[in-house]
Parts: sequence; C-alpha cells; structure tokens
Amino acid sequence: MTVKKMTSGLLAVMLVLALATFAAAGDKKELMMATTTSTDNTGLLDYLIPHFEKETGITLKWTSTGTGKALKLGQNCDVDVLLVHAPPAEKTYIEKGYGKERREVMYNDFVIIGPKADPASISGKTISEALTAVKTEGALFMSRGDDSGTNKKEKLLWKNAGTGLPDKEAWYVQTGQGMLATINVAQERNGYTMTDRGTYIKYQDQQGGKAPLTVLVEGDDILLNQYSVLTLNPKNCASAKHDLALAFSNWMASESAQKRIADFRLLGQKLFIPNAK
Amino acid sequence: MEYLASGFIKAVELLVRGDASTWSAVSATLQASTWSMMVSLLTGLPCGFALGYFDFRFKRQVRTVLDTLLALPTVCVGLLVYALISSRGPMGEFGMLFTLPGIAIGQTILAFPIVTAITASIVENIDHDLKLTLVSLGAGKKDIIATCLWEVRYGILAAAVTAYGRVLTEVGISMMVGGNIKYHTRTITTAIALETNKGMFADGIALGIVLMAIAFGVNLSLSFLRKR
Repeated sequence: MTVKKMTSGLLAVMLVLALATFAAAGDKKELMMATTTSTDNTGLLDYLIPHFEKETGITLKWTSTGTGKALKLGQNCDVDVLLVHAPPAEKTYIEKGYGKERREVMYNDFVIIGPKADPASISGKTISEALTAVKTEGALFMSRGDDSGTNKKEKLLWKNAGTGLPDKEAWYVQTGQGMLATINVAQERNGYTMTDRGTYIKYQDQQGGKAPLTVLVEGDDILLNQYSVLTLNPKNCASAKHDLALAFSNWMASESAQKRIADFRLLGQKLFIPNAK
Repeated sequence: MEYLASGFIKAVELLVRGDASTWSAVSATLQASTWSMMVSLLTGLPCGFALGYFDFRFKRQVRTVLDTLLALPTVCVGLLVYALISSRGPMGEFGMLFTLPGIAIGQTILAFPIVTAITASIVENIDHDLKLTLVSLGAGKKDIIATCLWEVRYGILAAAVTAYGRVLTEVGISMMVGGNIKYHTRTITTAIALETNKGMFADGIALGIVLMAIAFGVNLSLSFLRKR
C-alpha cells in the first residue's frame, strides 16, 4: 500500500467517524447534570434515571463531583441542571443570578462514623462535644476536603463546636476524594469521618453488612442533609437547556419518582427520604 | 488476597456475559484512543520526518522542547483542554466538555510529541551511506525520501505502539475532560479509578485485565504486520 493510499484511507475513516459523532449529537433531547458523589455512589441515579428517560424521552447524562465543583460547572454553563446538597450555598447561588429555580426533592442525614473501639469516646455525644473530643484526643479524622456539600457542612460543624477548622493538624486527613472513597480511607486508617447516611448504608452493603466502621453520632437537627434540584438562570447561561432542566426538576418532584426514591433500599434501609412539596 | 483471584474470574464473566457498562467503557476507550492516534499519526509522522530529515536553524532547540513534552503530565493536558473547551473557554461553543472528542483532543496533545520525537530520532539515524548510495545511483529527491520512508517503517510502527500505550492507559485527561459519565465517557481507566475509590477491587482488577487484553491484541496484530 502506498503512503498516499494509506493516508487517504485514514482520512476517509476519520471523516466517517466525525460524521457519526455529529449525527449522534444531533437534536436529540439530551440533558447534562452535575451532581454530588452520594447520589451516584449509592446507585440511586442508576436506579432512578432509566425511569426518567423512559417516561420523558430525555437522555440524562451526569458527572458526579463535589457540590462545590458542581455549582461551578453550572456557573460556567458546562452543564444544564444540578442535583446538590448545600442549601446555604444554593441560596447564595440563586441570589448571585447563577441559579433560577430550586426544588427540594429528598433528604437524609449526616452521621459521624468511626471504628467500633471508638478511641476518642464520642459515641452518644452531641456533635459539638464529639468534635471537641476528637480534637482533644488528636484522633484521626478523615475529611473530604473538596468543598463538597458534606465538606461544607463539616466545616460548619467544626466552627459551631468552637474548635476552629483543624486545617493543618496532623490528625486531620483531607482526602480530596468522593464520599465512598473517604469512608474507605477511614476504614484503612481506623479513623472517624462524617458521611451522609445513604453512602454509609451503601458502604455497609458492600461490606456484606459487617462494616468495621459504625455510626457513633447522629440525630442532631443540624445534621439534616437536604438534596435539591437547581435549574440554571437563562440570563447567565443562554445555552443551558432550561426547559429540559425544569422537566427533570418536575419529574423528580412527581409522585411516581418520589415513591421510587422511597423504595430505594439497601439492607432493608431507606437511603433517601423523599420530601418534595 | 482473594480479590485478585476473584478479579480474574470476574473479568472473564463481565466480558462473556456482555456486561453493558464494561463494554461501553471498552468502546469509549477504543473510540477516544483511535481518534487521537489517527490525528497524532497524521500530524506527528510528517513533522517527525521533517525534523529528522532536514537540517534547519534551531533544530536542536526544537528537539529539546519536543523531548521535554514527552514528560507532559496527563493532568496538565487535562487542565489545559478543560480550560479550552469549557463553555466559558475559547472553544466553548463546540460543547466538547464531557464528550469523547474532548478526551481525544487531550490524548492527541499527549501522543503528538511521542510520535514526532521517536520518528525524528529514527529518521536521523538512517544510515548516511544510504543517501549517498541513492544519490550515486542517480535517484531524485523524491525517490530518496520514499526509500528513507520505507527504511524506517518498523521504527514508525514502534512510535505508534509507544504512543498508543500512553493514550490507552492515561487516566488524568479522561477523568478531567470526560467527567467519567457512565455509558458515555467512562473509559476503562476512569472506571478502574472509580471502582477502586468505591472499594470494589475485584471489579477494578477485572477492568485492568480487559485493558491489558486490548493492548495485547493490538501488539499481536502489529507483530503479524511486521512478519509480512
């Protein structure tokens, strides 16, 4: 085969591939979502989204990252819709003109988990007492450290406990990774961490119900973890598909989707509790 | 330890059963790497040949820059491409963030210096006597270039294989630019990173084995090509 023939052959193949890509990307109804690691890691979206696609004919693609980065992706118009869990940050987001409609769709709660031996004896304490004990004992604590919704809440809790953010302490480990990854780091290093209950149940499920880390602190009002769908402000992002985003928001709040969220269980436990109004 | 063995069994199981997410990761990996290899070969081979064959000013400096680019970290390429194709970036209007073509752009930037540098080295090392012999036989400039090209065909193959190895196994670009979207931009390497993060080692190992199988298949077919 001559070089010329080979080159033209390659060019032809490339052209076909390029055309195929463009054809596939045509005017199909497609929605791009940025979401938190908890909705993805738990398997909720894998379970829920096929129903959404079947009922509405909209293809939903999602990338899972921390809430902080998800909000940033929306601000830069790289996605069309957000499913996040940091209410104060979400409200500021709307005030700044990046987001438009915010719809609360479900919640669970944050818990502090740690080794059964509980080296800092935090079991049963209030959240502020527990964090103070962790600090005094210098017990290993894994933080997401990624400005995610969970991380934002955790930082707030340190502030409330009056200990200040232990940013540079040797016992404060910032993983910079997703929730399930961070729980696994905590397990490997026998440390404490804060997680949403959904991801914790998923972790328990993966460990065959015999997880070495157990829930030690729970039940405070401040530990409520609210998830909301946020549409983007067309004034900031004209390119974002606002109508499809609204369709998704409405669907998530619909009776059938809410029932499906309630039915999503692992080890017989609910991971998320629907609460759309 | 048992997850090493179970990973191996799972790999076979995933492939045989035709697991949708595994096959979509295989397909995403192949698509992105094929596009990037084609573009980097089409641009890198002529550049590498010119760089090795002709003498010009600043040739040494160009080589130094090129050799430095061989050490290009994938996360830097990822960052660069991300900034370029994000909606707010200079190429934002094409909407290529979180797509396979976006990943392919990054991988092309990764592969181009490898193809160019290796090709240039090989062309530089063509026996000087060959050119002299050709000239003395009365060959024209075109014939000399064509003969040189034919002489270095196996070297070019080596350049392609090396670049393909890097493209196939990179994870930084795919993760940052592709966003690890299931059924769309989740490649084998980003899937492995995810499974490891989730603590699902067996699944990760299974995918690793699949990746090695692809690399083996490519090299096997190339070695047939070399024999003929």
